[in-house]
Amino acid sequence: MSDATLPVVDAESQPASRLTRWRGLRLSTGARCASPVALFMALGFLAPLITVIGFAFATPRTFAVFKSFTLQNFAEIFDPADTVWMSFAWSLALAFATVVVLLVICYPIAYGLVRVFGRWSALISIAFVFPLFISENVRLYGWTLFFINHGVLDGLLQEIGLSAPDVLFSPAITLFGMVYTYLSFMLFPMTLGLSMVPGDLIEAARDFGASRLMIWREIELPLAMPGILIGALLTFVLAAGAVAEAKILGGQSVIMISHDIEIAFTYSQNWPRGSALAVLLMIVIAGLSMTLMARLDLDRILGRR
Amino acid sequence: MNMTWTNEPDRQQTGTATMAKPALPVLQLVGVSKRFDGFTAVDDISLDIREGEFLTIVGPSGSGKTTLLRMLAGLEQPSDGNITLRGTLINDLPPRARPTCLVFQSLALFPHMTVGRNVEFPLKAKGVAAAIRKERALELLRMVRLPESYYGKNVMTCSGGERQRVALARAFAYDPDVLFFDEPLSALDYKLKKLLEKELKDLHKESGKTFVYITHSLEEAMVMSDRIGVMRAGKLVQVGSPEAIYGAPQTRFVAEFLGEVNVFGASLEGTGWVAETSGEPIRLVLPKPLAGASKAAVVVRPEYMKFLADPGDADNAVRGVIYNEYSLGSRIQYQVRAGDRVFLVEMSRAQARPGAGSGEVLIGWNAADAIVVEA
Repeated sequence: MSDATLPVVDAESQPASRLTRWRGLRLSTGARCASPVALFMALGFLAPLITVIGFAFATPRTFAVFKSFTLQNFAEIFDPADTVWMSFAWSLALAFATVVVLLVICYPIAYGLVRVFGRWSALISIAFVFPLFISENVRLYGWTLFFINHGVLDGLLQEIGLSAPDVLFSPAITLFGMVYTYLSFMLFPMTLGLSMVPGDLIEAARDFGASRLMIWREIELPLAMPGILIGALLTFVLAAGAVAEAKILGGQSVIMISHDIEIAFTYSQNWPRGSALAVLLMIVIAGLSMTLMARLDLDRILGRR
Repeated sequence: MNMTWTNEPDRQQTGTATMAKPALPVLQLVGVSKRFDGFTAVDDISLDIREGEFLTIVGPSGSGKTTLLRMLAGLEQPSDGNITLRGTLINDLPPRARPTCLVFQSLALFPHMTVGRNVEFPLKAKGVAAAIRKERALELLRMVRLPESYYGKNVMTCSGGERQRVALARAFAYDPDVLFFDEPLSALDYKLKKLLEKELKDLHKESGKTFVYITHSLEEAMVMSDRIGVMRAGKLVQVGSPEAIYGAPQTRFVAEFLGEVNVFGASLEGTGWVAETSGEPIRLVLPKPLAGASKAAVVVRPEYMKFLADPGDADNAVRGVIYNEYSLGSRIQYQVRAGDRVFLVEMSRAQARPGAGSGEVLIGWNAADAIVVEA
């Protein structure tokens, strides 16, 4: 470390370079070190965000970003004649349902990974991560082949004289696809949360005569809550922006908000409308997540106090 | 060393009402073992724990004392042997069904609860109404000398000593017959530890409950216990009053575990015993040489060693050179080299000798002050 700081010390003792003297500001070492990342973030993250916000207030069906200011895009969206609110509703409802289903499915798995499976836990974790190496679309098409008429499931059942129910292209199968896609995003934060519940607290509670339900409600759940909340937040944010499941498995029986945004930017060539929708979606999701985050004790998650 | 320690003569006990109970064992272990995947943590232990006593199990790390305690608390099941509670077999009884309570080394306080809710937890598990719970919790806080204002305090903002008291109050809230302690004081600084040791001892007397305490510190055990059990490699090597353990260790291990002592091998040569040393042989006069043995270990506490003016002043005399001296506060410890052996001699400051490097000295001890144990 001392080697790295030496040149900086030299620079401090020398007269300020022409640039910094001209700007009249002297950046601290930390700020100078951070500047490449700061620049990268400004160009790669902040600039597109500002552009999208700019477009949201531009004249509809134009590319007059930063040259016009109007609330017309929002007025159109909030017009009762516009049915885009249904996409919002479907996206948020399906995202919410995904989170609820995942909470129920993942809790036992996470509990098993932390307390039951022992040395098998690593292998089982890898089994859950492995599908992520394959593109989401490919995996969803795989499920389509599984469920489609004369597909894997139907074909196998026909061998024994049965036929599979027609499940494809429905909101239910869309939910199934979302649950499948986002399972690991709920499972691993939840596992982390549960693994942070010290075993001796559970033992102590048992020793004090607490029932399983009381231990779960009063010790395990509250202490694992940070991990569970992060998992819920992560899956909600991802699921609210999901589009592939509804397109591939759901066969567009449901239109998701991300799909509407995509259409606005592509076929309709109405960037201001797409941007306005994106901004609204951001506000809704940010509002929900901030409310949740406010209840989170990040110190406990990262530093164990 | 496979025997039950029931016939041990009782230590002279100071008269408290609770100690006058009949000597019926509250917990009895008979041939209890615990094995984990081919490793024997606790090896064939038989022990009676008496009603109302303060029993301390001491031993180095890994001697199996925590496993023993966990079996008593019901958190582990013995692989072999029986544990009975007032005559009833409790091997497989879950912890919640036992009238016992364990204070963990980590204290296992619930970090997301206030002090009050921590203390009330066992009462809540029993279904006690909220108002009564609070009343009882405040009572318990007073008992462990915590201010009542701590009731609503976040337990994680309490200091180390305060947390000990909260853990203690919580254990008492369960109102167990037997309290187990798994080195709860090990993380505290010396002064606080001393204070809490005394408070724990007081609490034991006042409550009349049976305390089973484990520690690796013999000093801690000496201060608090009615009886001490010494464990080594899963076995209970000696059980007795602190005086018996200190004054009459039965093995070299126990003697050495009790702190800095002079221990040396002795062997029978012809008719007399000689200390094993490379230098000039040291002839020994021993209190009661082991019958039939030709080898033994001799233990002499540093405080029983003295400087002699003449070899005839004590039963045993050794010529050596002082090469170091340490101040132990009220006492001074000298290291005296004789041949390849170092003897420790401790004097009170008042009797202290002039400093090191004063050339050859004569040290010695009386036969009655030496303890002979198996080699």
